[in-house]
Amino acid sequence: MTGAINELKRRLGPETLALAGFLVCLVAAFSALSPRFLSVANFNSMAFQLPVLGLLTLAMLAPILSGGLNLAIIFTANMSGLTLAWVLIQMGGTEAGLAAFAIGCLAAIVVGAAAGCVMGLVVAYTGAHPILVSLAMMIFLRGLGEFLTRGGDISGFPEFVGKIGHGSLLGVPVPLLVFGAVAIGWHFMLKFSRHGFSVYMIGSNIRASEYSGIPTARTLTLIYTLSGVLCAIAGILMVTRFNSVRVGHGEALLLVTVLACFLGGVDPFGGFGRVAPVAVALVILQVLSSGLNLLGANQHLSTAVWGLFLILVMVLRHVIARIRMIFGKRKEV
Amino acid sequence: MNAPATENAGQVASAAESPGWALRLSNVNKAFEGVQALKDVAFRVRLGEIHCLAGENGCGKSTLIKIVTGVYSPDPGTEIEVFGKRLASVTPASARALGISVIWQDLALFPHMTVAENIAFDESVGMLPRLYTHGASYKRADRILRRLRVDLDLNATLNSLPIAQRQIVAIARALHGHARLIFMDEPTSSLTQSETNNLLKIVKTLSEEGVSVVFVSHRLAEVIEISSRLTVLRNGRLVGVYDTADMTQTRLGHLMTGQDLVSEISARDRTDRRAVLEVEGLNRKGEFSDISLDVKSGEIVGVIGLIGAGRTELAHSLIGMTKPDSGTIRLDGRKIAPRSVRDAIAAGIAYVSEDRLTLGLIQQQSIAANIVITVLKKVLGKLGLISPKREASLVSNWIENLSIQVGHPEHAVSTLSGGNQQRVVLAKWLTTNPRLLILDSPTVGVDVGARAGIFKIARKLADEGIAILLISDEVHEVHYNSDRVLHMLNGRVVWEHDPASASLADLESRVYA
Repeated sequence: MTGAINELKRRLGPETLALAGFLVCLVAAFSALSPRFLSVANFNSMAFQLPVLGLLTLAMLAPILSGGLNLAIIFTANMSGLTLAWVLIQMGGTEAGLAAFAIGCLAAIVVGAAAGCVMGLVVAYTGAHPILVSLAMMIFLRGLGEFLTRGGDISGFPEFVGKIGHGSLLGVPVPLLVFGAVAIGWHFMLKFSRHGFSVYMIGSNIRASEYSGIPTARTLTLIYTLSGVLCAIAGILMVTRFNSVRVGHGEALLLVTVLACFLGGVDPFGGFGRVAPVAVALVILQVLSSGLNLLGANQHLSTAVWGLFLILVMVLRHVIARIRMIFGKRKEV
Repeated sequence: MNAPATENAGQVASAAESPGWALRLSNVNKAFEGVQALKDVAFRVRLGEIHCLAGENGCGKSTLIKIVTGVYSPDPGTEIEVFGKRLASVTPASARALGISVIWQDLALFPHMTVAENIAFDESVGMLPRLYTHGASYKRADRILRRLRVDLDLNATLNSLPIAQRQIVAIARALHGHARLIFMDEPTSSLTQSETNNLLKIVKTLSEEGVSVVFVSHRLAEVIEISSRLTVLRNGRLVGVYDTADMTQTRLGHLMTGQDLVSEISARDRTDRRAVLEVEGLNRKGEFSDISLDVKSGEIVGVIGLIGAGRTELAHSLIGMTKPDSGTIRLDGRKIAPRSVRDAIAAGIAYVSEDRLTLGLIQQQSIAANIVITVLKKVLGKLGLISPKREASLVSNWIENLSIQVGHPEHAVSTLSGGNQQRVVLAKWLTTNPRLLILDSPTVGVDVGARAGIFKIARKLADEGIAILLISDEVHEVHYNSDRVLHMLNGRVVWEHDPASASLADLESRVYA
């Protein structure tokens, strides 16, 4: 029985347990400080805010695992949102029907996948550094988007679009359902599919993977494509949340997604990292910002607290690793 | 400052004419948390001598160097004398001031700086900021290179140079710091034969100038070729000090390992069997030319050749990493043209790389992942997803089959010893059910006891009908473990050696000619 518990501990990793523990403390502290924290309203507001950041973070996670990075996630999401908006407007604007929305979503996903696919192909076949490739893609998408929208907002969608973004199914906000489904799918893809296995191996050592018969070029292309698809889903959610599209919307989230990955214990050099701890890390970030907001703190201050918190985590991790090393050495003697 | 009358029976004559000692260590002891790394070791280097420090991995070679250079402090009772000066203790700084310098295998140079800047690097560092004068450093660097009689572009950035030339830069850097005793750690491990000869020439120049050079190596042939005397360590103890003049590889191997190297010919006649691999007229420009060979079912064919002979390049073409310009490859009579390792695996070829650290295994990842990586299809369960249960049973089967000593299959493969890592590599390839297994220098970084185990596995696989191509640059390894040996030179197969009828010395003289 203890064996099973230890096995569970090993599987979850001390990282996830520590993060979850911290999350519990955080929730307790905010509940004590503000009576409104543990309310349905607050839960709902968090559940509506978290998914966009969450989807973008998962879109960032997979390329990082493969030893790369995708800096174009925000503008890929914007571009996909723009595609959806264009389809809706072409098919009747405020009068557009559900079919138009479905076609728009499909088109948005195709656009997101295409942006990712191009990046993946370039990374896989030219060996160019993913930071440069995705940076170039980001600048291209931003420029293109601003040119198409003249830098303004696009709105005028049918009423039901907003209802999807703000609606609930069986009491659970739709965006949260979408995020939950994607996160579970992502978890299975990374942990149990051949493709996911290849991503981890490539992240650790691409040449050794090649020498072991892993289709490295195909895997890299696919992982950036899938990252683009996730961006597109995030972009669609943004349309339904804000009822408008603007290129540059959510730009501030880009680096937060990178940090959320590292907070979730992802190795910045690739090869190691899992979905579960990253999801917990996301919830922590959301609780921090919502809690501070309830306490009346300025929104900008809560961004600063995020940064401070992440620095603290890095230092803490280093200290813990050092302590482990010292004790580990003693044990060997 | 008197040289001892004798230190070894064989040394009496030469000790008399010895000009003096660069380094004299006696009673060296060093224990790490209860493990005795060095026990009563004595080590002496003459002025201007080329000396070799030989021994297997873990015999205490690097510990000894680190004591000389002040990285480790020895246990009390150790006597150190450098250039006739008795020292109570050595620190890295004092060792350098005394003229002791080490060139580690990774060279520790700055890849993005120029040759001149690398050579004169130590001028630009110090406690106080100093003006760095480019012209003066350039001149000094130039003078040192001329002293070594080498021609190098001082303005070239280091990473544009081949390893052999970087090594020369490292030597020049040591000389710039007025080194009079230079240790070189495995200096020839990544050099071709002609580069090795070149390095040897430079080292001889140094020796004529009175600089002492200590080679640290476990390559038997080179040890004997390069040095005039050698000190052998085994398990942290001194085995002895010998003149290289009357040393043979077999004897040195015996001294280093304490056991006789496999000395039984295992060759058997397999010529009547069906051919598994047939290569005809295979060419790849600049790598190998006109290679024709076959490996029969159950046969181990050795391929011997020095670095640069084209043996690994040939293997890379067989497994689809590179595309040959012309020629055909047949496996079990079927013509194949693998364009990737995946194709090669599907065709039935497995390749154990000579470079286990960066190509053979993914060091950071788990033992289990490294075993199943080649056969993901075999561990799929429902919905085409990887089944942890199937993975675990496949992995534990192989761990048992090849008796791999592991803590837990989920541990990183880097935690294993060289011999066990090599078994993981074998497991990862054997799960693919290969028809042809290419073993490229399978004993690099593997201790002697474990080596025998690896060849035993190879022999057993051959008995099961697998064809094995054994690539190596150790003559005795192919002689004793193959059924036939092909000698490669400059990209061609120039000789076929039959271990059953021809002697080891015969093959040795051909390969090292």
